[in-house]
Amino acid sequence: MTCSEFLAMLDDMIDDEVTANMRADLEEHLRGCEHCEVTLSTTRKTIQIYRSHEIYEMPASLRERLHKAIMSKCKKGC
Amino acid sequence: MATIQSIAGENEPHPDVALVERVRAGDVSAFDELVRKYERQVFRIAQHITQNREDAEDVMQDAFLKAYEKLEQFQGNSKFYTWLVRIAVNESLMRLRRRRTGRMVSIDEDVETEEGSVPRDLADWAPDPEQNYTQSELAEILRKTIQGLPPGFRVVFALRDVEGLSTEETAETLGLSIPAVKSRLLRARLQLRERLSRYFKRKTGSATVGAEK
Repeated sequence: MTCSEFLAMLDDMIDDEVTANMRADLEEHLRGCEHCEVTLSTTRKTIQIYRSHEIYEMPASLRERLHKAIMSKCKKGC
Repeated sequence: MATIQSIAGENEPHPDVALVERVRAGDVSAFDELVRKYERQVFRIAQHITQNREDAEDVMQDAFLKAYEKLEQFQGNSKFYTWLVRIAVNESLMRLRRRRTGRMVSIDEDVETEEGSVPRDLADWAPDPEQNYTQSELAEILRKTIQGLPPGFRVVFALRDVEGLSTEETAETLGLSIPAVKSRLLRARLQLRERLSRYFKRKTGSATVGAEK
């Protein structure tokens, strides 16, 4: 397996959507290729960091504003 | 943080279905429950797409109001959450287009970029690299980094990896094919990885690993 072939399967590997045979091939490539090993581990880390950190905090006032807007719609509509 | 809808049994309806039914029967408090359940996600998605606080606030309000008005049109064959996300994505894109008049903004166009398709920065990262930064520094780095992605990549990454939608749900929500979602997700992940390497790579002893075979 070449690095390009590995890269084409990177997402499937990260998302655990590979067959057992394919996984074995990918792992074999990883054992001999530090480059792809680093790409895999740092890409996983990238996803994990974005998933576990709130980068856009919702302002509390927004909920209040939305609630009022919905209530006023409702008074008109129901 | 990512909300993945709990997987109900085959015959068990998703809890949102009951809430939607209650709203349809005139119970506004049930809609409030749906708002509280998904407001953060909708706000994040709007921020990811518009990259503008004011727009994101307006999008969130408009998306929920539109969902409320159009609830009759919601069919139980998709999840309420993905239906809501689709409304929020459309509202966000409209705002983005308004801000960038004259500039083409589309998530349909395939962005031609070679960046990130082949990893260049091959230095390994420090263990737990985020711990070298304060929470606010880290948030700033993550915001700045994702802002640099083309909107079509950003939104796919946000829906798939941050919000936890499946590839199929992301494709359906964005009106893209599954291969298009997959190709954008790969490039988005690699570009973000490449850009974050600037901040997260090992400071010392980081020998550059050999070039691609």
